[in-house]
Amino acid sequence: MRPTMTPRNRWRNSVNNVMLTLTGVCAAVSVSSLFLILGYLLFNGGKSVDLNFFTKLPLSPGQVGGGMANAIVGSTTIVLLASLIGLPVGFLSGVYLAEFSPKSFGFLIRYTADLLNGVPSIVIGIFAWSLIVHNMHHFSAIAGGFALSLMLIPITARGTEQFLLEVPRTMREGALALGAPMWVTIATVIVPAARKGIMTSMILGVARISGETAPLLFTALGNEYWATSLNEPTASLPVMIFTHATAPYEDWHRQAWAAGLVLLGLVFVANILARTIVSRGASLPK
Amino acid sequence: MSTSQQISSTRPTSVPPQSTNHAMPESPNPQPNPVKMRAKNVNFFYGSFQALHDISLDFATNKVTAMIGPSGCGKSTFLRNLNRINETLHDTRLEGEITLDDENILDQDVTAVRRRIGMVFQRPNPFPKSIFDNIIYGPKINGMLKGRNAAEIVERSLRRAALWDEAKDKLHESAYALSGGQQQRLCIARALAVDPEVLLLDEPCSALDPIATAKIEDLLIALKETCTIVIVTHNMQQAARVADTTGFFLLGRLIEHDRTEVIFKNPSRKETEDYITGRFG
Repeated sequence: MRPTMTPRNRWRNSVNNVMLTLTGVCAAVSVSSLFLILGYLLFNGGKSVDLNFFTKLPLSPGQVGGGMANAIVGSTTIVLLASLIGLPVGFLSGVYLAEFSPKSFGFLIRYTADLLNGVPSIVIGIFAWSLIVHNMHHFSAIAGGFALSLMLIPITARGTEQFLLEVPRTMREGALALGAPMWVTIATVIVPAARKGIMTSMILGVARISGETAPLLFTALGNEYWATSLNEPTASLPVMIFTHATAPYEDWHRQAWAAGLVLLGLVFVANILARTIVSRGASLPK
Repeated sequence: MSTSQQISSTRPTSVPPQSTNHAMPESPNPQPNPVKMRAKNVNFFYGSFQALHDISLDFATNKVTAMIGPSGCGKSTFLRNLNRINETLHDTRLEGEITLDDENILDQDVTAVRRRIGMVFQRPNPFPKSIFDNIIYGPKINGMLKGRNAAEIVERSLRRAALWDEAKDKLHESAYALSGGQQQRLCIARALAVDPEVLLLDEPCSALDPIATAKIEDLLIALKETCTIVIVTHNMQQAARVADTTGFFLLGRLIEHDRTEVIFKNPSRKETEDYITGRFG
């Protein structure tokens, strides 16, 4: 033993070791749970995904086979609708927050956006139901898209704001000093400089709403067949997973796993595509 | 360091025989250089704090005017009012008159004013675009590209900023591929691309090494053929090297403005002398 090893040193060392182990184990648990989910999904879903899944409609209970083509298209439609509303509204709110809002009003908007972000998704679903489904007298993709857009707006707004504020003030002044009006400065210098961050927060937002189930239960409902317009009940992957996984049929459970894997795959592919597009061009110096 | 040593490094520049001391801006003597810009009784407030007190200062055409003084003396604040960029800060107020060619810029459209009065900042601030796009930015947003060749504007601006030889082979690379000194010259080229009549520089060399600094100083002396130049600097030797006239600021007031030689060799105010000789600041 080294001569400096007093009882106090030993105590410190053992505390150090215990804490190091504890934090390491926790890190391992959080990472391994993610890999467990992924692995389980890949294992169970991989067995069940086949070409039929992408091309066929669901079959009635008892029959084996079929697919979820309508839910894949339905989910894509609903998420696209939500993005069409949520991304521009959220983005422009973020621009307002970062560039124009007076202090007190900005605080109000920011606080409201954070609250909206924390509202349970099922409450959003009920809200969209009472506003749209109840008044139009039927479930629809439009109602589903609206509900999801409500979730997307605060995510996009706060993300946009955060990354716009990170653009150095000197860069704004550089453009303004050349005679650019404020809106030109924002459109041609500030937003392009923050583009990567803004796009990333948008991608994360879209990925997040793609998996939402509760708001769609009240709005898009679901459909065993093809929806022929945006104005009728529409199938979606998360709701399909819910109904199939909770049904007492073996083959439906198989389909639910496949749907989970496909949903994850779609989000993953969209993510990579968007990132590839975003990564082109010059970025801010670190 | 003695003041005479500082002066000895001054390049031979033509200095107006007539003093442009702010105390007598309405001097009846005919000036060889008419006044390009003039600040009259300028007061400036950040909220309730008064940063500038009754500043009157003339900027002679095609001359370099330097503004020196200790940190926080208001020289940068004053400079930033000359192109009204301080207006973009919240809760600021400007009183008085600032004229460009005898017209009050405070009454004019701010974007038109800023087109005529270019600015270079303390730290190089190129846009996250290519070198070419950085330079063409100003002409583009000001609608100056009609019937003109963008490539020619870029080359001319880079040549005027003495950056052409270093940048001509990488015009379409990111501006961040340049060194700090090159980036600052790029920012000067970007400002020159819209043909400003006045060029404001806010401590343009404070982030640069001595070699890059020397290049920019040479550039300023060449540029005053076509531009009226106003430079804020912490570096007294720099003022001595490049400026025709120098103004000394202290605590938000203009203490003295005269030919650079006079300011450094024979200042009329004690505060100026104390600062020049390094007794404070």
